[in-house]
Amino acid sequence: MISRIITIALHTCKESVREKVLYNLIGFALLLMAAAVLFGSISLGVDQIILINLGLSAISVFGLLIAIFIGIGLVSKEIERRTIYNILSKPVARPEFIIGKYCGLVLTLTINAAVMTAGFYVALFYLQRRLVGPDWIGLQCVYFILLQLAIVIGVALLFSCVTTPILSATFTFCVYVIGNFLSDIRWFGQESGNTSLLKLTSVIYYLLPNFSDFQTISQTAHGVAAPPYLVTANTLYALLYITILICASVLIFEAKEFR
Amino acid sequence: MIWGSVVMAAFAALWPLQRAIDRQQRSLPQAEGLLYFRSGRALRRWGLGYDGLLADIYWTRAVQYFGRKRLAHARRYPLLGALLRITTALDPHLLIAYRFGSIFLAEKPPGGAGEPQAALQLIRRGIVANPSYWRLWEDLGFIYYWDLKDYPMAARAFQTGSRQPGAYVWMKAMAAAVAAQGGEINTSRLLWTQIYQTAGTQDVRASAVAHLAALDAEQQISELDKLVERYRREKGRPPASLEDLVFSGYLRAIPKDPSGAAYTLARDGRVTLGPSSKVDLSLLP
Amino acid sequence: MFGLLGPNGAGKTTTLKILLRLVFPTSGTARLLGRKFDDPQIHRRIGYLPENPYFYDHLTAEEFLRYVGQLCGLSGGNLRHRVRALFDRVGLADFQDEPLRKFSKGMIQRVGIAQALVNDPELIFLDEPMSGLDPLGRRDVRNLILQLKAEGKTIFFSTHILSDAETLCDRVAVLHRGRLQGCGELRTLLQSAVSGTEILFENPSDEVLQAVAPFCSSIFRTGGRVRVTVPKESDVEKCLSVAIQLHAKLVSMNPVGMSLEDYFMAQVGGRLESAKRPGEEIPVSPRDDS
Repeated sequence: MISRIITIALHTCKESVREKVLYNLIGFALLLMAAAVLFGSISLGVDQIILINLGLSAISVFGLLIAIFIGIGLVSKEIERRTIYNILSKPVARPEFIIGKYCGLVLTLTINAAVMTAGFYVALFYLQRRLVGPDWIGLQCVYFILLQLAIVIGVALLFSCVTTPILSATFTFCVYVIGNFLSDIRWFGQESGNTSLLKLTSVIYYLLPNFSDFQTISQTAHGVAAPPYLVTANTLYALLYITILICASVLIFEAKEFR
Repeated sequence: MIWGSVVMAAFAALWPLQRAIDRQQRSLPQAEGLLYFRSGRALRRWGLGYDGLLADIYWTRAVQYFGRKRLAHARRYPLLGALLRITTALDPHLLIAYRFGSIFLAEKPPGGAGEPQAALQLIRRGIVANPSYWRLWEDLGFIYYWDLKDYPMAARAFQTGSRQPGAYVWMKAMAAAVAAQGGEINTSRLLWTQIYQTAGTQDVRASAVAHLAALDAEQQISELDKLVERYRREKGRPPASLEDLVFSGYLRAIPKDPSGAAYTLARDGRVTLGPSSKVDLSLLP
Repeated sequence: MFGLLGPNGAGKTTTLKILLRLVFPTSGTARLLGRKFDDPQIHRRIGYLPENPYFYDHLTAEEFLRYVGQLCGLSGGNLRHRVRALFDRVGLADFQDEPLRKFSKGMIQRVGIAQALVNDPELIFLDEPMSGLDPLGRRDVRNLILQLKAEGKTIFFSTHILSDAETLCDRVAVLHRGRLQGCGELRTLLQSAVSGTEILFENPSDEVLQAVAPFCSSIFRTGGRVRVTVPKESDVEKCLSVAIQLHAKLVSMNPVGMSLEDYFMAQVGGRLESAKRPGEEIPVSPRDDS
């Protein structure tokens, strides 16, 4: 079982890493970082803050695009193009397929993020002529971004089990946006003083993935690391949420008919 | 079945985890949010024509930013000016943003950002964009009067505003009052009453109420101080407490401040707010 | 070698998908290779070529086949050997390093067959294996299937093209609108409904036409030739002797093979009641026929 999951994961990764769109996205992200170096040189005193802000934001934004792009292809594209028939007619259980696919895409995402992160550090090195201790806080930030995007892929996975690629991309994006505003939404519920609204916003708050604790870019730019408990808590949070998403997807996928 | 119960179990575990994170996060000093765009013009270009909507979003952000900061008893509001500047650059006719800014940008901490100059700039830009709206002159005069205590400038602002079409008559009276008796408590009360009556947001109204309460309390305290002084002169010794004034017939009862708490006599013989009072005298200049 | 015949939309693909657990039956069950069709072990012993197969864009043919082989539990030298043998067999040995998106329809079909064979299955399902192929491709695929048959594999394939079934199948089942219309040898199935004999005359005189008219169900004139259809077998001889007596010039004489569609049209009316439901046990393991 494990070996089949690994096989599916590796081949999913191999397939999606060769997608040309990804090269374009990564290229664009790297270009943005290069631009940040130039931009920083005409501004005063804040050049590496700008570079860190812009570079990490680029990793986050383009990572999101990549996550959604490959995430929606996860199941619905396989169904649409009927590639899934070939796999499921082999001795492969459906949960193995879902888990394998998911792992493969997270692997793809990690590779892409690694390339962008490397680009980011090259730019930072070019700017400062050295890399000092606080610069490596960026890695923690990238780790949080990756956790966040792993959840996004899980969301895309769940949606692509039930609807078309375009719709699942849209829905996934919406969940991402809402996930970033969740604390605002709950704050709004608390401020309104309306009990039913507060209940509704609280339900949304605990039900949807909450990304607000994963946003550490601006802190990172000022050289402030997230406290150790947050690293543990976020890791745990992401693992739990991914488990939920995968199990729910398997639940839907097990009952799915491929007409 | 198994998968379903795993989903349930994971949600059950997620809930306390999120609560624990929230608790921890609250105890930390809040890091400043990030303004991706410093200039409203740039954002307008990036906004792909949705400036109206973007302005509304930024206006909401500004109000929320202010509300959240105040809830946390912040002493600095470093992003408030920028948020309002961006909002009004995106939609120069969003009058409420200027009026909100004139109060809270100028107000000294912790009630506001303590940036009266930024507030003046904001209002002046608002006047350029909305020349026929006379209330912005009122706000301008108000900042000069209350925050900067520049009474001649305040009088000029009220004067100019009173000449705008539709301006209320009292703007003229205000110009005269400010010029003649700058710093008088009655002028201040009149101004804050105006603010209260035309306040567009809950925050502004609450602020006006607090200021009016502080003004009243200050006036009452100075009256009581006079009574205490009279008591000392007539009896030859200072009263031990405000009750002494009641016993000797100077007062019918111990007076209460606008928040309903009784005044007390401090050891140094001066009248002060009671320990449970909600009135904030530090709002006054 | 078993053929599942039926016009488009008859339920052939759905039947295959039910057997492969891609679609779930509302009721009924089926047996494959002596086991229940939902036995998880059964997939080790079967292969499946979907209708109009499509594979990953960015994998090469070799990577794809290795992938599928690994899923079937092959590894190392065993896998390498098997993949090479399969490419030789389907004639794609020169193209195994090309990405699959560059493959033509016929090549894709061959990759599809190769992937169905990767676990050396006992039972092979082929869904419309020849649809969309040019004549050359059809011939190649047909030869491949015949080879497999010679190796003693059981092959279950679906088609709507009668001639394919005729050349390949030992037995067929005919499906129409989800119902089983008949099962057995194709020739016996269609024989009961032979619609008559066609006779073609070269420039027949009116006299001839008048003489044969009583035996004919239809008379068509195309250019100088006249084609008549004689529905009854016993009338054919009479018709011919009358024509020959009048010195008519005979060009050809053919029994009219009934088309599959005609067969359905004939069947749908009369046999609805006796038709089996597809959910009932269809004998899917005709090992003795292969």
